[in-house]
Amino acid sequence: MTARIGVVTFPGTLDDQDALRAVRLAGAEPVSLWHRDKDLKQVDAVVLAGGFSYGDYLRAGAISRFSPVMETVIDQARSGMPVLGICNGFQILTEAHLLPGAMLRNNHLHFICRDQKLRVENAETAWTADYEQGREISVPLKNMDGRYVADERVLDELEAEGRVAFRYLDVNPNGSLRDIAGITNAEGNVVGLMPHPEHAVEPLIGTGGTDGLGFFTSILRRLVAA
Amino acid sequence: MARVVVDVMLKPEILDPQGQAVQRALPRLGFEGIADVRQGKRFELEVDGPVDDAALARIHEMAETFLANTVIEDFVVKVES
Repeated sequence: MTARIGVVTFPGTLDDQDALRAVRLAGAEPVSLWHRDKDLKQVDAVVLAGGFSYGDYLRAGAISRFSPVMETVIDQARSGMPVLGICNGFQILTEAHLLPGAMLRNNHLHFICRDQKLRVENAETAWTADYEQGREISVPLKNMDGRYVADERVLDELEAEGRVAFRYLDVNPNGSLRDIAGITNAEGNVVGLMPHPEHAVEPLIGTGGTDGLGFFTSILRRLVAA
Repeated sequence: MARVVVDVMLKPEILDPQGQAVQRALPRLGFEGIADVRQGKRFELEVDGPVDDAALARIHEMAETFLANTVIEDFVVKVES
């Protein structure tokens, strides 16, 4: 039996279908999860997809963090279940305090949509093991609230522990501190990033490359080996 | 019914580009002499029943867990009437 990977749909989620497709292309079984359900349908890992959950009212990700599905996701993530938060999913993970810091409005106040170069700084997380450390990848980026902030002490701690998982290359698109594009928790099972690997899994669309597929093959390999 | 106001502001050390955009627009509109602007959020809560210590404690908890993200924001709770 192959690994089951859940993708949560909140009201306002946009990228759930792309995430489900990426899971399938990687060879895992995609499972749709609904924000009102506490039950995770026995999935082995969860992807929180991009979009504007609950309209991003209050703060991006703030309301979804208290949805029934997230109660279970937070519990399970704390006991080691792999969780990947992409864009709005990353915002939800910081609001849920599964990842430190917070996401704020881009420093230039514009919605941004571009192909973004990233460096994989940590290839030992559940979601990055198929990359080599230092590999440069290009994936789409699209967001309004992508500015990662944390206080100096937290930033130093993230750097010292190798928990800055991805850094922006060439251009910092949103004013994120220390060019941080994504981070991981100390255990490496929870990963969040602003750019969208699920949009770069087929040559026909997105960047025209498949640089994002590694996220989904990484987790599949991890789950099948477990 | 009593009103309780929760004011939420970005912490002073956090860059506020929205406030800056407002500040930069002021001279264009003829409003001079404003050195800095920071933009916050104000929540007006109409409370059922008395605003006693227990109610205020609940509102404080609400502000801390939900209305404000204390990683980046400070908040103040005030009883209005």
